Amino acid sequence: MAVSIEDVEHVAKLARLHLTGEEKETIRRQLSDVLEHARVISEVDTSGVPPTSHALPLVNVYREDEARPSLDPDEVVSNAAWAVEHSFKVPRIL
Amino acid sequence: MGFETVIGLEIHAELATESKMFCGCSTDFGGEPNSRTCPVCLGHPGVLPVANREAVASTILLGLALRCAVTPRSVFHRKNYFYPDMPKNFQISQYDVPLTSGGTLSMDMEGYTREVGITRVHLEEDTGKSIHIGESGRIHGADFSLEDFNRAGIPLAEIVTEPDMRSPEEARVFMQLLRATLEYLGISDCKMEEGSLRCDANISVSVDGRPGTKVEIKNMNSFRSLFRALSFEEERQRTELGLGHEVVQETRHWDDAAGVTHPLRSKEEAFDYRYFPEPDLVPIEPDLEWVEELRGRLPELPRARRNRFEAEYGLPGEISAMLTGEKALADYFEEAVASGQDPVALAKWIAGDLVALLNEAVVPIQACPVHPRGLGELVALVAQRIISGKMAKDVLREAFETGKGPERIVREKGLAQIEDEGELEAVVDRVIEENPDAASDMREGKEQALKFLMGRVMKATRGKANPELATSLIRKKLSP
Ligand SMILES: [Zn+2]
Repeated sequence: MAVSIEDVEHVAKLARLHLTGEEKETIRRQLSDVLEHARVISEVDTSGVPPTSHALPLVNVYREDEARPSLDPDEVVSNAAWAVEHSFKVPRIL
Repeated sequence: MGFETVIGLEIHAELATESKMFCGCSTDFGGEPNSRTCPVCLGHPGVLPVANREAVASTILLGLALRCAVTPRSVFHRKNYFYPDMPKNFQISQYDVPLTSGGTLSMDMEGYTREVGITRVHLEEDTGKSIHIGESGRIHGADFSLEDFNRAGIPLAEIVTEPDMRSPEEARVFMQLLRATLEYLGISDCKMEEGSLRCDANISVSVDGRPGTKVEIKNMNSFRSLFRALSFEEERQRTELGLGHEVVQETRHWDDAAGVTHPLRSKEEAFDYRYFPEPDLVPIEPDLEWVEELRGRLPELPRARRNRFEAEYGLPGEISAMLTGEKALADYFEEAVASGQDPVALAKWIAGDLVALLNEAVVPIQACPVHPRGLGELVALVAQRIISGKMAKDVLREAFETGKGPERIVREKGLAQIEDEGELEAVVDRVIEENPDAASDMREGKEQALKFLMGRVMKATRGKANPELATSLIRKKLSP
């Protein structure tokens, strides 16, 4: 399955990646190879096999609804590149 | 041209659990920024979310109340996007297999019933709060934003309706009924102003049965703004179509102060959230026993209660709808009914004067200074003609302001009506003597003189004369 340059540009944009023309072509080829591999796998007859969204045979794992102590807000922002008092400060959004 | 408005809603309700959806942080409103965060809700590497059982139960309960089917196996998905209100860069939500789906909510409109299809009710986590700092104070043009993740990870039920509403009024009634349903279930605080209940809408206008173009409206923070925004948008689209223009498919923002919607800057890239199953959370397979236990917990819901109030107590539809629109108000009414007084009279006092007093003082019914029993006393005092209806209004206000019972107020202030015929006759005689002109007008059959004389009697008795008795005495003495 061939991936187009437009597909690469779209995915790159969603992932906030800036690619050069050369990189786009390399990634286009690599992604096409990955999808080709998936196509081969999809040839296996899986009718009657439920889709595997999870590798473990576990369901219904819950915690009880009990509030527990949170972190100290000083600690929360201690690694932040930019903070104002206890809020994270981020560059303008739009 | 035959226009028809088509509206669908998407509602988010924060669930009133003690702790967040996937970690133990408290869900209390307010608090210092980031004081209710931990490595899980801050999205630190290597942490494992674990689902809150109560949040799952609340969502299933809501689905059942909306007559949805519970999905035998549902999973969480990651919804990927870059926006600083989610530290993980994704929100845990549900995608193709929501917890519940395919329900209905019936609502009683004036003269007809509207069935609104419920597409799905699913569970997700709330995002953090951004405060945009800059000259304009709005997102556009902000210099930077401050992020508080106290809200990030609070469980959120998302309710999506079918496009089954046909007017802004239906959308408002739906929203109120849904709010009441959440309140009856006791699973959400339902405070639109505080953002624990939020609503977006899709609205289109079809022309002669041809489907119109859907426009999404955001930022409606009250029932009133929902109604106003949709009314504005309905009119705007009709005008465009009437002029032969196309309606553009877009997202518009409601500006409550200006009373208009305007387009949000459109994204060059269509949204692509690249949903995929959340590998850190195992699937949910609610066992039948649990679902049945939850079904057994369903209380009497607002519409059923409304119908019962009409059938059992003979309440008029409008008053019944108003009382049952808020669980605490309906509870108050039923407690007052236990006093044995006339339910219709009690309902009218609650829906009229009492609610007005509560609104005026900005006091919720739960904190009403007048006990339901006290309201029963008031209705009894009027029924036994100890006080007039007009005096009862003042007594209720005094009871509201002082917390004293109506019987005590009447006793302490000597407000009891003059019921004694001899006592009242003396007053009437004196009034006739002092107002000979009015008296002779009355004898000549001029009815307006009666009003004047009654006024004098009321003044002389400081409003305590039994009005019917005083009227009949005046008529008897001054009959033409
Ligand atoms: Zn947390």
